[in-house]
Amino acid sequence: MTKSVFQRPKYLKNVPFHYCPGCGHSIIHRLIAEVIEELDIGGITIGVPPAGCAVLAYDYFDVDMGEAAHGRGCAVATGIKRILPDRIVFSYQGDGDIAAIGTAETIHAANRGENITVIFVNNSCYGMTGGQMAPTTVLGQKTTTTPGGRTAPMHGTPIDLSQMIALARGSVYIERTSVHSVRHILKTKKALMKAFTAQMNGKGFSLVEILSPCPTNWKLSPVEAFAHIEKEITKTFPLKVIKDEIDANRQGSP
Amino acid sequence: MMEIDNATFIQAESEIAAINMVLGASMAGARAMTSSSSPGISLKQEGISFLAAQELPAVIVNCMRGGPGLGNIAPSQGDYFQATRGGGHGDYRSIVLAPATGQELADFTARAFDLADRYRSPVVLLIDGMMGQMMEPVIPPDFVNVADIPYKNWILDGARDRPSRIIKSLILDPAKEEEHNWKLYRKYENITKELQITEAYQVDDARLVVMAYGTAARIAKGAIKRVREIGLKVGLLRPLTLWPFPARAVEDASRFVKEFLVFEMNTGQMVEDVRLALKHRSEVHFYGRPGGVVSTPDEIAKVITSLYYRLHLEEEQ
Amino acid sequence: MKKTVFAGFGGQGVLMMGYVFAVAAMRDGREVTYLPSYGAEMRGGTANCTVVVSDEEIFSPVASSPDCAVIMNKPSLLRYENLMKQGAVMFLNSSVIDRTPVRDDLHDVHIPANDIARKLGSDRVTNMIMLGAFVAKTRLTSLESIMNGLQENVKGKSGTVMKLNRKALDMGADYVLKGTAS
Repeated sequence: MTKSVFQRPKYLKNVPFHYCPGCGHSIIHRLIAEVIEELDIGGITIGVPPAGCAVLAYDYFDVDMGEAAHGRGCAVATGIKRILPDRIVFSYQGDGDIAAIGTAETIHAANRGENITVIFVNNSCYGMTGGQMAPTTVLGQKTTTTPGGRTAPMHGTPIDLSQMIALARGSVYIERTSVHSVRHILKTKKALMKAFTAQMNGKGFSLVEILSPCPTNWKLSPVEAFAHIEKEITKTFPLKVIKDEIDANRQGSP
Repeated sequence: MMEIDNATFIQAESEIAAINMVLGASMAGARAMTSSSSPGISLKQEGISFLAAQELPAVIVNCMRGGPGLGNIAPSQGDYFQATRGGGHGDYRSIVLAPATGQELADFTARAFDLADRYRSPVVLLIDGMMGQMMEPVIPPDFVNVADIPYKNWILDGARDRPSRIIKSLILDPAKEEEHNWKLYRKYENITKELQITEAYQVDDARLVVMAYGTAARIAKGAIKRVREIGLKVGLLRPLTLWPFPARAVEDASRFVKEFLVFEMNTGQMVEDVRLALKHRSEVHFYGRPGGVVSTPDEIAKVITSLYYRLHLEEEQ
Repeated sequence: MKKTVFAGFGGQGVLMMGYVFAVAAMRDGREVTYLPSYGAEMRGGTANCTVVVSDEEIFSPVASSPDCAVIMNKPSLLRYENLMKQGAVMFLNSSVIDRTPVRDDLHDVHIPANDIARKLGSDRVTNMIMLGAFVAKTRLTSLESIMNGLQENVKGKSGTVMKLNRKALDMGADYVLKGTAS
């Protein structure tokens, strides 16, 4: 009798991912599915996928999924959660989605303290459209629209959306993690667990920013891309708990 | 804001957020609405396109003001094309209702929710700044008990005892997107068959029929009352649905009436639909006042009278 | 069908006058439209509203050739005089308006509303004095209906305030009917 030690999580459909080799989305999808399973919330979870590389996330998660226009994840999630406050609602957004076109929706959902969970996948470029500069692109990074590397005078400096969200009084938990090593993958899962649990307990807005490799647009091998996160990206986006007020005594969220 | 049991009210940070909250609420099975005036409606178009594509019911109120651009805040009908041609990107239509009185505003808002649910489509209440400001006595329509609204079997409320659902509009395969477009088209065809509403006022013996909707129709009605007093046989055909446009009623009227005058608070938008419906069977004349100018019944009475005599309608049988 | 314009400075209670009149007429069982003017500014500038009262369907709520006007200040007289219907009645707050209409086909009724209000010890009821005079003269509704309309509009106001309003309405009415504000 063999014992199964590794299997597909219950809430991932039995279809292969379309993501590039070495892409972080597949790992992150799996982590979310594991967390949903371990918290036993698969039957009450509604996900909101983004526009961008993860636009097809609804083909992978085996929970109810409702598509949002580019950047509007937090507004759509707000609408769902306000109608069904006892369900678990998460929005899954890339850095172009959340930190450029959807900045306003995100900040205001956080500020209202919407009791939702946002998974913010930061690969420091617009992956799906060909690797153009995103608001999160780090200084010096070469992209198709910054062929000489991003410079502050020309393009501004990378935006730290998570820090901005931390300033919003309605946000209770914000952590930046990464998936470039096993250790960090495990830490990411812990952070996701904490964020979803906070929502289950009605604590308010939680967000996990996950640094994710984009070997294709970074023009690196997957292994090099992992190292690039460790050496370069984390300099601009240090991994840490940015805000944890889950247990603070505060007014209830809507 | 009125407090209603079992209802949620959110003041959104922007029109874009508002329409997307409506979209989320609709996905979750709620009856949801949002309102704005012209420039804000432009911002909402992204979400309206998604509502149409994802076949989600919603009600959107556009209290039209003078435009384009910032324009002014006076009553206008400049957004007729935007509302009746879809407005946002893609090949779709929204049901567009044009109430003209306080009572109709109340009744049609309730009806809009029913239509939105029935056809799984956004429904636009196209009104103007006049109706937004004016007060009239209203007998409120009966409130529907939320529990009496049939459960929608397509919503996202958690896949507890059923397979998981997806609501989306991304269809990368052109063949499938074409299929989706034709599916929507067939729905629009049905709506066009089932939902054409007009009010006819003194049309039976009319030699000239005025066509106008909303505030313009009220003014036209006042004008017609005046010209009837001096014996001119003029009637009013008032569309209450702008999309679908009530082509049948226009066609019917054209069997007896050879002259039509379209009056709008713009430079001529609905007049194109009137021409399409008439297929050159009758003559179409146009009078418009754009920019937030509100005509008086006297002014329209003069326009009608001069046209009536210019066409020698008083000489006919 | 009677169209009445109420006009004056913002803050003179012009919209309130029209609204209370509209509610009163509605409770009388008549067809009514109430259309306030609206500008971008909340304070200052001119304020006006149109109330149409009729026994049949009202078509246009706009003040084209009004039958009556209740005019609270001089700029409003200048603005509305030329728009009035032939034979129309203009109720003028003569405490602040020092002239009469130039047109000789109009009736003008002068009420020193601010002066009467001061006798009552409150400038704030100037509008109620004008409204009392307007209702007494035109009989488009009754003072009782106005009081009911007022009650609906100012829920929670103390009995003293309502008494003051009633007194103001009566003094306005008395002034135009008896020539005195007793």
